Amino acid sequence: MERKIRVIVAKPGLDGHDRGAKVIARALRDAGMEVIYTGLRQTPEQIVQAALQEDADVVAMSILSGAHNHLFPRVVELLKEKGAEDILVFGGGVIPEEDIPFLKSKGIAEVFGPGTPTSATVEFIKAHVKRG
Amino acid sequence: MTDSLARRCLAGDPRAVARLISLLEDGDRDAYGVLAALKERAGMAQIIGITGPPGAGKSTLTDKMIAEFRARGLTVGVIAVDPSSPFSGGAILGDRLRMQGHATDPGVFIRSLASRGRLGGLSKATAFATRALEAAGYDIVIVETVGVGQSEIDIVKVADTVVLIAVPGLGDDIQAIKAGIMEIGDVFVVNKADRDGADRVVREIRAMLETQAMLQKGRAVAAGPDTLAARNAEILHHGLADMRAETPQPDGERVDLPPVIKTVAETGEGVPELCAEILSRFAADKASGALDERRHKAIVAQLKDLVGWQVAEYFAERERDGRVEALARAVQHRTLDIYSAARELFSALVKGEEP
Repeated sequence: MERKIRVIVAKPGLDGHDRGAKVIARALRDAGMEVIYTGLRQTPEQIVQAALQEDADVVAMSILSGAHNHLFPRVVELLKEKGAEDILVFGGGVIPEEDIPFLKSKGIAEVFGPGTPTSATVEFIKAHVKRG
Repeated sequence: MTDSLARRCLAGDPRAVARLISLLEDGDRDAYGVLAALKERAGMAQIIGITGPPGAGKSTLTDKMIAEFRARGLTVGVIAVDPSSPFSGGAILGDRLRMQGHATDPGVFIRSLASRGRLGGLSKATAFATRALEAAGYDIVIVETVGVGQSEIDIVKVADTVVLIAVPGLGDDIQAIKAGIMEIGDVFVVNKADRDGADRVVREIRAMLETQAMLQKGRAVAAGPDTLAARNAEILHHGLADMRAETPQPDGERVDLPPVIKTVAETGEGVPELCAEILSRFAADKASGALDERRHKAIVAQLKDLVGWQVAEYFAERERDGRVEALARAVQHRTLDIYSAARELFSALVKGEEP
């Protein structure tokens, strides 16, 4: 049987806006992926445990609170600690241009801002997922 | 790979368990080898099935049950199944959302599975996944089905104890006496019990259970003192309901009805009573031998599924290599009858031929 791509969609931090995350979740579902939606106000520890137990290929995070420079790298760091650096991590939400190079240097594979077509996210995952 | 993965699973390594479950979902042959290496631990855990209609509160209730079992010092594995899209094959698995509070507890392992085309309320790999969690040493494995309608009852083939969740407002008492889902509950829950109509649902389920017990007793008496005959009559009459493995009670003895428990999953009300009931029923079934009988029947049912899937897989292969197409044409052109065509395919399967 063909291997399904499994994606954790999570909202780290304290903002309560999950519309974008839900739109992405649906787009990935429609692209044939299995999306585990973990909901609002997740700590990096919760997201990482979910990714491990769910044997996820991808962790997609959305953040609008401004805490991305702390929370995104923390998730990558914890995954590394658990020996799960093969999991693709990317983010989206309201993230200033000037923060993107820093996030990428910390292992965030890509950052998608507002207005990104969902197809771009789907294509990105298909092109970069590390085990197929 | 097989050996080390098996060893890591037995040691309770969550990443190994997670990977094994994925491989089992994908039908990987090596994964079945790993499962074979774990068979010593089969049957160690209590498998609890949680089923009921969409929105009944299955995930929220499961979340509260995890907390209750943890408070009793038990470790808990959870398999939560949600439907796959029949169009894209994708899925949104949202049960975990209600249980994320337990994500960082090392005594809890939660795994979401997509149904991947199965219609019985579970996915093909669900039974295997419970074996993996059991091998990893979880005391309790909770299996949450997709939101079910009236006839998705695969959970009886997997669970030692089926908890059927009903809610007020879904219909009248005739719903409770229909065949199918209402026949498989070992413990009944009326969730959202703070809402209007909850007591009525409790009464209706009780009435349904009492009638069922009365009818069963009647049949046992009518069949005379030969309880085996009574049992067989029961199986013929009820089909899958026999999975419940309860023996007809001798005349005059009190019939033990499944309990009906009111809960409010949102607040946790009724959950300690529910968990106590689930644990004590399991202990009683173990002591009386009913659990053995039930598991035996479950294995037979799972075997039937596995063989059926292998036949379906073989058929799909023969579709791909054109054999089915050729036979279908022969039938269409009346050079072969359809029964002979079927027999030809089946005997090739039995002989292990690649025609």
